[in-house]
Formats: sequence, structure tokens, C-alpha cells
Amino acid sequence: MLLNVTATVGTTTAAATTAAGDHPGFLSPSGVEIAFLLVGLATLGAAVITVTTKQLVHAALWLVVALGGLAVEYLLLTAEFIAWVQVLIYVGSVVVLLLFGLMLTRAPIGRSPDADSGNRWVALGVAAAAAAALVWVVVDAFRTTWIDLDGPAQGSTEVTGSFLFRNWVLPFEALSVLLLAALVGAIVLSRKRDTDTTVRPGTNRTAKPGTVKPGPPASPGTPGQEEQS
Amino acid sequence: MNDVLDVALRLAIVFGVFLVAPLLVGQTEHKVMAHMQGRLGPMYAGGFHGWAQLVADGVKFAQKEDVVPAAADRRVFQIAPAVALLPYLLVLVVIPVGPGEGAVGQAVDAGIFFVLAVMGIGVLGSLMAGWASANKFSLLGGLRTAAQLLSYELPMLLTAASVAMAAGTVSLTGILDAFEWWWLPWQIVGALVFFVAGLAELQRPPFDMPVADSEIIFGAYTEYTGLRFALFLLAEYAGIVVLCALTTVLFLGGWHGPFGADGLGWLWTILKTALLAFVVIWLRVSYPRLREDQLQKLAWTTLVPLALAQIALTGIVKVAIN
Repeated sequence: MLLNVTATVGTTTAAATTAAGDHPGFLSPSGVEIAFLLVGLATLGAAVITVTTKQLVHAALWLVVALGGLAVEYLLLTAEFIAWVQVLIYVGSVVVLLLFGLMLTRAPIGRSPDADSGNRWVALGVAAAAAAALVWVVVDAFRTTWIDLDGPAQGSTEVTGSFLFRNWVLPFEALSVLLLAALVGAIVLSRKRDTDTTVRPGTNRTAKPGTVKPGPPASPGTPGQEEQS
Repeated sequence: MNDVLDVALRLAIVFGVFLVAPLLVGQTEHKVMAHMQGRLGPMYAGGFHGWAQLVADGVKFAQKEDVVPAAADRRVFQIAPAVALLPYLLVLVVIPVGPGEGAVGQAVDAGIFFVLAVMGIGVLGSLMAGWASANKFSLLGGLRTAAQLLSYELPMLLTAASVAMAAGTVSLTGILDAFEWWWLPWQIVGALVFFVAGLAELQRPPFDMPVADSEIIFGAYTEYTGLRFALFLLAEYAGIVVLCALTTVLFLGGWHGPFGADGLGWLWTILKTALLAFVVIWLRVSYPRLREDQLQKLAWTTLVPLALAQIALTGIVKVAIN
């Protein structure tokens, strides 16, 4: 349910909305609304399997299904641009990064007996509380707002773009600064190790293909990996 | 009823192209590679210059036993080829071949994003195959695929963004409508970066470290046999078609040509795409394989800065024009 509601937030804020006076009822749903509900249920199911499955890589793959389902929800709400960006960023990059990390460290085929955390009841409580808070806020804020699904697309690239750069420029720029800071931080963290060791110039050149770059013997993590993320 | 027929016809045509074009590229590769290496290539199957060689290969693959290793994760192992192949079919639907509404399977408003997003999904197939095979060579191949995708996706996106800035739209048909001949020199750096990054994303030589057959035995596809293996091969060639068509549409003006843009526009698109596909094959024959660290270095120290410079240039020229 959390996923569905966040999907609604994204589009209703960006879309031109009709007044509350002539709002349609809940009892005669249209085809799009039924599809939205069904895809939402499938997404929710995939999300639940993601957190309950005992197989690590399966969890990542079910996450792909959940994120893809979310993209379909955006599409059904006519937010085409957001849908494709969702696929591009989350399915195409974040999940690939996740799988990369899993394969680099450990990705056993079959069940991982230690995949469960002792904190899972606490985690469930936190998740339920967060979901309840989000649902409540969203329902309270958008109870009287409706988007017209039959008219022209209200979440097209043009509408989203002009909305973003006319009404939400400041948050947008603030987010870019945050991302820039994270980027600089990642570079600083990954470069720090070089100052400790005395790497002679030219050693990398003579290293054989396949050998690891010279570094401290017990270095945690792979050098340079942070830069890619 | 007419609309339904129209949609069905378009989808049928796209599906036909999806089935035939990769085979054409494959057969061209056989012959072009052979002649560049001073031999003849397939000559017997079908009679005339071995034109039916790939059909014969397909029959052979279909007859082979479909083996799933005992230790493999069965379901993921079996789904992986479909995940690798289907995205390219989806991408073909939105690529405009000629001017007007009639020459595209389905015009999508945010075309560039759709195309790049869906192409990114295809790589998940290789990752799934690499992991589910329960084979260390496959896992290595999967790892290298992921690393390669992560580094080459960025320059590809940046150069595509440069074209979108130039045209003022992210729709593929819109970009072609706005195209002028002088975009060619203006966006040439972006075109090169896009094409090279696309090659790397397809894991074509010289970027075929993830599937290096002489080192890690075809990487993620080590354990595959029969039709499933053929599907992976088909995905590679469908990827070539899609990449060449995309480069044509984004950077080379698609159906625009010196003459005959009205009636014969689609011919220009096909000609340019075929030419690029030839370049892809040519590169395979002429360049040695890049080592893994050289691959990463090329992406991060050459392609990304070039792509950023292209975006800056696009922005400056765009402001100057306005």
C-alpha cells in the first residue's frame, strides 16, 4: 500500500487537478482504476516476497518486479516521464549495482540460513508505522484532489519539466548540491588509502593483466568501487 | 476494427524486422569477417554463397538438448534468455523509420528515456544467467557485465541528453523533425561517445571482456546450450540492430538525406543503419580486446569528460542561436 500511495503523490502534485465538487465515486471504478489496483496488489506481493525470501539474489530480482510494477502504476496515472525514469534509474542502475555488490561479496544459490535478522519484528513495527504515517498524510492532503485520466496526459515530459523548473527549482537545486556532496565524499573516501601507502610511479603500468593494484594487504573493500556508484 | 487492424499490422511488421534483421547482420558478419581475413566464409548452405547458413545453425540449435546444470537455480537460469532478448523487441517498436506517424510502431512521448531504460533491462538477463549457472566463469562474466554496464551507461545517457537539448524534445520523432544537417558536425563527439558506449553495453569486441571466450569461456553463457544459447546470440545481434538504428535516429538524421526525403526516407534510415552495422563488424575484426582496467579507464577518463564537453558545447550553441 505504501508503494501505491507514493505513486499517487508523485503524479497528483505534478498534474493539474480538478476541483473537489464533482468528484467521482468509488463504487463505479473504470478500467484504468481496476488495472491500477491489480498492478498495485502485484507490486505489493513482489515487495513482500523481496523482504521475506531466504534467497539473497531472488530478493534482488523480486525487487526488480516491485520497481517495475511501480513504473506501470506511474504509467497508468499518465506520468510517462516519471515511469521511464523509474525504470532507468532503479531497475537499470540501482538493482544492477545491488546485484554487483551481492556477486562480489557472496551470492550463494539456495537458501541463506543467516539471511534473517533478529530485529525483524522491530523492523516490521517501524515499517508499519512509517507506512501508516505516509498513508495518513497523503490521504489527508489529497483527499479532495482528482486527476482526470481520460483527458490529455497530465504527467507528460513537458508538463513535468515546466512544473519542476518553475515551481520546484529550489528543492531541485538543493538536491543537486546534496548529490554533489555525496559524490565528493565518495571520491575522498576512496582516495584516502593512496596517501598511506607509498606507491612508486609506474608500478601500475608494469603490473600484469589481472593482478590487483598494489595496496595495503588487509584493505577492506575494492579500491575504486565507490567511484562507480 | 480498423484501429485494431492497424496496430496488429504494425506490431507484425516490427516483429518481422526483429526476426529478420539480426539474422541479416549475422550473415553479413560471417561474410565480411571472412573476406577481411582472406577466406570465403560459409559457401554451401542454401546454395548461393551460403545464404542459409544461419537458418541451418538455428535448426541445429533447436535440435540440441536443453541442459540445465544440476547445481543451477533452475527458474532464474531458464528465464534469463527471455529477459535478455525481449527488451530489444520493445525498443524496436518505438524507433521511427520514416517521416510522419505511419513509419513508427508506436510513438512514445519520452522516447529517449524509454529506449535507454528498456535497453538497460536487457543486461539484467546476462546478470541472471551469470549468477544462476553455478559456475565461477559465469559468475566472473556476470560481474564484468555489471561493472561494464555501470560505467558505460553514464556517457550514453549524457550524450543522448545532449541531442535532447539540441532538439528541445525527448521524443524520437520530435528529434528527427527538428534535425538540420549542421547538427552532424555539432554533435559528432556525442555521436562517437554514444556509439562506443553502446558497443560496450552490447559487449561487442573490442569491449567483449565479459564474454571473452578464450579467457572465461563465454562468461555468463558458459552453461547454456541449444535454443537458450541461440536466444542469447540473437539478443546480441538484435542489440546491434537497435544500437545502429538509435545512433542513426539520434545523431545521423534518420530519414533525412540529400534527396528523396519524402518518399524514400525509410531507405535512408536503413542505409545508415546498415552502414553502422558494418562498422560494428569491422571493429570486431580490427581491434584487440580491451583489458578490464583499460575498459574502465576508457569510460571514466575519456568518454565521460567528452560527453560532458559535448553537453557544454550543445548548451553554448543553443543559447547563441536563440
